[in-house]
Amino acid sequence: MIKFFLMVNKQGQTRLSRYYEHVEIKKRTMLEAEVIKNCLSRSKDQCSFIEYKDFKLVYRQYAALFVVVGIDHTENEMAVYELIHNFVEVLDKYFSRVVS
Amino acid sequence: MPAPIRLRELIRTIRTARTQAEEREMIQKECAAIRSSFREEDNTYRCRNVAKLLYMHMLGYPAHFGQLECLKLIASQKFTDKRIGYLGAMLLLDERQDVHLLMTNCIKNDLNHSTQYVQGLALCTLGCMGSSEMCRDLAGEVEKLLKTSNSYLRKKAALCAVHVIRKVPELMEMFLPATKNLLNEKNHGVLHTSVVLLTEMCERSPDMLAHFRKNEKLVPQLVRILKNLIMSGYSPEHDVSGISDPFLQVRILRLLRILGRNDDDSSEAMNDILAQVATNTETSKNVGNAILYETVLTIMDIKSESGLRVLAINILGRFLLNNDKNIRRAMELSFALVNGNNVRGMMKELLYFLDSCEPEFKADCASGIFLASEKYAPSKRWHIDTIMRVLTMAGSYVRDDAVPSLIQLITNSVEMHTYTVQRLYKAILGDYSQQPLVQVASWCIGEYGDLLVSGQCEEEPPIQVTEDEVLDILESILISNMSASVTRGYTLTAIMKLSTRFTCNVNRVRKIVSVYSSSIDVELQQRAVEYNTLFKKYDHMRPALLERMPVMEKVTINGLTEIVQSNGETESAVLETKSPPSGLQPLSQANDLLDLLGGTDITPVIPTAPTSKPDSTGGELLDLLGDLNLTCSPVSAPVPQIAQPPFLLDGLPSQPLFSDIAAGIPSITAYNKNGLKIDFTFERSNTNPSVTVITIQASNSTELDMTDFVFQAAVPKTFQLQLLSPSSGVIPAFNSGTITQVIKVLNPQKQQLRMRIKLTYNHKGSAIQDLAEVSNFPPQSWQ
Repeated sequence: MIKFFLMVNKQGQTRLSRYYEHVEIKKRTMLEAEVIKNCLSRSKDQCSFIEYKDFKLVYRQYAALFVVVGIDHTENEMAVYELIHNFVEVLDKYFSRVVS
Repeated sequence: MPAPIRLRELIRTIRTARTQAEEREMIQKECAAIRSSFREEDNTYRCRNVAKLLYMHMLGYPAHFGQLECLKLIASQKFTDKRIGYLGAMLLLDERQDVHLLMTNCIKNDLNHSTQYVQGLALCTLGCMGSSEMCRDLAGEVEKLLKTSNSYLRKKAALCAVHVIRKVPELMEMFLPATKNLLNEKNHGVLHTSVVLLTEMCERSPDMLAHFRKNEKLVPQLVRILKNLIMSGYSPEHDVSGISDPFLQVRILRLLRILGRNDDDSSEAMNDILAQVATNTETSKNVGNAILYETVLTIMDIKSESGLRVLAINILGRFLLNNDKNIRRAMELSFALVNGNNVRGMMKELLYFLDSCEPEFKADCASGIFLASEKYAPSKRWHIDTIMRVLTMAGSYVRDDAVPSLIQLITNSVEMHTYTVQRLYKAILGDYSQQPLVQVASWCIGEYGDLLVSGQCEEEPPIQVTEDEVLDILESILISNMSASVTRGYTLTAIMKLSTRFTCNVNRVRKIVSVYSSSIDVELQQRAVEYNTLFKKYDHMRPALLERMPVMEKVTINGLTEIVQSNGETESAVLETKSPPSGLQPLSQANDLLDLLGGTDITPVIPTAPTSKPDSTGGELLDLLGDLNLTCSPVSAPVPQIAQPPFLLDGLPSQPLFSDIAAGIPSITAYNKNGLKIDFTFERSNTNPSVTVITIQASNSTELDMTDFVFQAAVPKTFQLQLLSPSSGVIPAFNSGTITQVIKVLNPQKQQLRMRIKLTYNHKGSAIQDLAEVSNFPPQSWQ
């Protein structure tokens, strides 16, 4: 199950967030900051799937924007990875010329 | 009041803020404007205001005052209002707010609305944040919509049903009749959500699962759909990088997995399609890999036939070779999948991978292979072969503690000795740079050298080796710059042992050994000196001392056992493998092979503890020889002594000597000043992993005794300390005796052990007091 869907830029500013479970507002900012920290510290040849607390993060970088999806163990990580890409492609098609 | 700004303007404005404080200011200003606008009950701009509020909420600012406004928007007739209203409801409201119940009526009305989009909105919202009461009330409506022919609505209704079931599991049966026709749809959206619904049902209730397996003929239906997906040509709607709707494929595979688990009929029905998916899917893109990943998981989980399993293993093998970093995770998966049936096949793939992967993975892979082969090895020969392959391929990456376990394994397979030693010999002939390999090899050659030169071997054609050649290679290992100190230790001992196994080269061995008695390396020097002494004074004992090691009981890498075995022979060669309790990491255990001797004329046996090398405690053969003159010999390593000189025995000694030397946990010198030295040796309790037992030994190297010696210790608050009474209050001079005292430390939180010690004693007529802090505790003593 997808727990959350985030789009965060490199400076840590949230561009889009959607939570599918209730998370308190203060915790959300903390979570987002931690998540982006984890993603930024990964190098290019490291895997895009991170174990974070009790769920997994699947992230993908598009220029200065990180799309991060938090999933639990029942999801196929690679499928979610593709989903992110699909989503970005759709945004691109729909809004034409997407920039962060 | 001027018209409130639009959302886009707001976003643009906020983005211009350069600091966090600026942003906060802007937002507060806007919030105030919105609040006053709400108070005015302005209908026209309410939607805009709420949209802005939602944006601010997303950035992390509190927006609860907008909740009621959302409700008003939902109740409005305009679609744009409803849209924002429902979105706001999903984001701002949840079950904890009382306000949400007010929505129930609105949603009910909207579920029956004439416009499908409104109905869709209502379904979405209900599926997102519906509480159990709401779900109970509205479940009937949802079920009705599940049967409608409108695919747009049907798919949303299916997802909403998933949420309802999650909140109120009792309602599951209600949706059962509706599911009958769900899979007959052509629309992928409906298919997808239906599969999700079915998955949820099956996961939650075993009855449902049984029902679906038998009555519904679910499996054939799913198989048919999957087949269509794969076989159908290019369909632009569903295409992702050349594969038709991979997301649906993955979902179906997961549902098949749940259905096929522990059920032969279902598993049989899906065998074909799984094979087809596995072979037909392209792996050039990640999409294909995602599908294959799911397929492999499924194959492994159901009762598939062996051909299918082999296919799955091949796929995994391909994954491992793929350079994509994401695929490497398959490695962890494959270790988990190894079991008795497929171990040979898996091992082949894994060895392949070991060969080709990058160094960072090699250590983990090697350890994983060892673990797996130990658990599932079909035959001893295979096991040894596999281990040797790993050693030759990734020898330098193998963890140090794997060496003793390998040695122990080899001693266990008695009939394989000749074969093993031959292969090892051949392996190091060409190249002796890989330390673990060399260590194991030299140990084996030392033990079984006679088998090596005998020229007889059953398992493979024997090689003709002479004693000189063997000694040649061992000597070159000793001399080589590439050999680590530990390896040299192994080799020296091996050469020594050969002095009894080989018949004609005793003098050569003697020469080699005496060369090292002035080596700079303290460990080597000590060994060489001891062996020299053995040659000189105790030559008659040499054969018995260097006898073949007895078979050790099997200690698994996770093992807990304390094993003591003694030979029935004259000089008892006692093997003790003492392993630390399971509180430690499984692979950081050390097996110590100690040769302990109680000699006839030999008085105090002085154990040689490798205090100077805490990380090499694994697998060292510590030969203990007693020699009272050792203090005068050119040994500079500090030698902790046992409290009492034990066992002066004449005749046959049969009492083994034990010391708690380096029993997996290296000992430390806690204090060493003014001639007073205090050593800590550690033991962990098997029954209670938070207890560490520390035995302190205090020795005095000055010329006068230290009297009235009192040792006190203090630990941080999270620990508890128990100090037992010391052996005596006097530490005799010249290191001729020690005081022993036992400390028990309870460390329930497994924090880093630290201790402050206070020492008081009388020395040379004056009272001396000292405080010190001990912080060099080895991690194994408190983790």
